[in-house]
Amino acid sequence: MTAGPQEISEQDLQAYVDGWLDPARLAAVEAYLAEHPDEAARLAAYRRQNEALRGAFAEPRGEDVPERLLLAARRRSPGRPLAWLARAAAALALVAVGFGAGWGLRGGLETSGLARGDGAFLVQQAAAAHRVFSVEVRHPVEVRAEEAHLVAWLSKRVGVPLKAPDLSGHGFRLVGGRLLPAAEGTAAQLMYEDEAGRRVTAYMTANTSGGETAFRFAEDRGLAAFYWLEGPLGYALVGALTRAELIALAKSVYRQLEL
Amino acid sequence: MPDFTARLEAEIPALRRYARALLRDRDRADDLVQDCLERAIVKRGTWRRPGNLRAWLFTIMHNLHANQMRSLSRQPASVSLDQAPEQSTSARQVETVAANEVLSALAQLDETQREVLVLVAVEQLRYREVAAVLDLPLGTVMSRLGRARERLRQAMNGDAPEPKASLRRVK
Repeated sequence: MTAGPQEISEQDLQAYVDGWLDPARLAAVEAYLAEHPDEAARLAAYRRQNEALRGAFAEPRGEDVPERLLLAARRRSPGRPLAWLARAAAALALVAVGFGAGWGLRGGLETSGLARGDGAFLVQQAAAAHRVFSVEVRHPVEVRAEEAHLVAWLSKRVGVPLKAPDLSGHGFRLVGGRLLPAAEGTAAQLMYEDEAGRRVTAYMTANTSGGETAFRFAEDRGLAAFYWLEGPLGYALVGALTRAELIALAKSVYRQLEL
Repeated sequence: MPDFTARLEAEIPALRRYARALLRDRDRADDLVQDCLERAIVKRGTWRRPGNLRAWLFTIMHNLHANQMRSLSRQPASVSLDQAPEQSTSARQVETVAANEVLSALAQLDETQREVLVLVAVEQLRYREVAAVLDLPLGTVMSRLGRARERLRQAMNGDAPEPKASLRRVK
C-alpha cells in the first residue's frame, strides 16, 4: 500500500477504533479509510465488537453488588472470609481474622461473639508443634504412616474419630503422626511432606468448647495456618507455604473430612 | 481512609466485569473480586493517589488470577478453566442473544488475547495502562489486541479461525 508522508500504522487504526487517536492524525486516518473500504469495514466491525462487549459485560439490571463484596471493600483491616468455604460449609458463619498481627493478637478484629480464645489458642499450639517437629530429620513422627494403626491410635487417644486426609494430589504424602499434650487433654499431629522436603502439619484436638468458627487464616514468622472449630474437632493446618498453596490443601482436607 | 473505601466500593462493578472475563463462572469471578478487594486493602499504601485506581486494581486482579491458575495447574486432578465445560447461559446471566454471541466468540480467544481486548474494549483503558496492568511491552499489547479483534471477527462471522489470517498486517 502507498505510504504517504503520513504513514498510517496499525496502531493508528486501533486507536481510531477506541477513540484514542491523536486528533492531529484523525484527518489522515479518515482519508486513508475513505480509500480503503476493506479497512473501513474491518474497523467498523471492531467498533461493533466494542459495543457488543460493553453490552455483554454491562451489569444486568437490578443486580446488586453482593453483600460479601461490599463488606470486603469496607473492611479496614485485611480479612479473609474464604469464599469457597461459603459453598463448602454454608452452615458456618464466616468470620474474618486478620493476619500479620501475630497468632495471639486479635484486638479490633471481628469475632462476632464466637468463642474468641479457642481458635487462637488452637492455632498457637499447632504452630508451636509445627516449629518443633517439622525440622526433625530423623524423628519427625512418632508412628510412621506405614503402620496401619496410626489413625485408630490417635483417634482413640484424642477421643474423636480422626482421618488422615490424602494430600497426594497436591504432592504431599503422609509421613506419620504423633500425640501431643493439649490444653484440655490430647492432640494429634499428622505430618505431610512433599518432594522438596517441605512439611505441612495437621493438628487436631477435641473441640471441648463446643463452639464453632469459620475458617480462619493466620500468618506468623514465615508460617501460615488455616484453622477452624467444627463439631467435635478443632483443626489447624500449618506450613511454611504461601496462602494460595495452603488454601488448596485446607480445601482438600475439609472436603475429605466431610465425607 | 474513608475516601479509599468509597472509591474501592465504586470500582466493584468494573472488577466484577473483568473477573467475569477471566473466569466465566460467576461465583468464582466474585471470589476473585473478593480476593482482589482484600489484597487492595492490604496494599493500599502502594497506590499512588493521582493514579488510575481501576488500573491499579486490575493489576492486582490479574496477578491474583495468574497465581491461582498456576497453582491449579499443579493439581493434575483439576481442570483448567479453559478446558472446563462451557457454563450454561443462565449461569452467565446474559440476557440477550447478541451478548451470548459475543461472549461465546470471546471464549474462543486465548486468555492472553481475551484480557487485552476486555481491558481495551470494555474498560476503555489506554494502551499503556493495559501494558502496565499486564506487565507487558506496549508492542505486545498492540499485537495481542490486533489478533484478538481479528479472531473475534472471524468467530462472530462463524468462520473457523485460520491461523495465517491473524498474521495479516496492513500498512
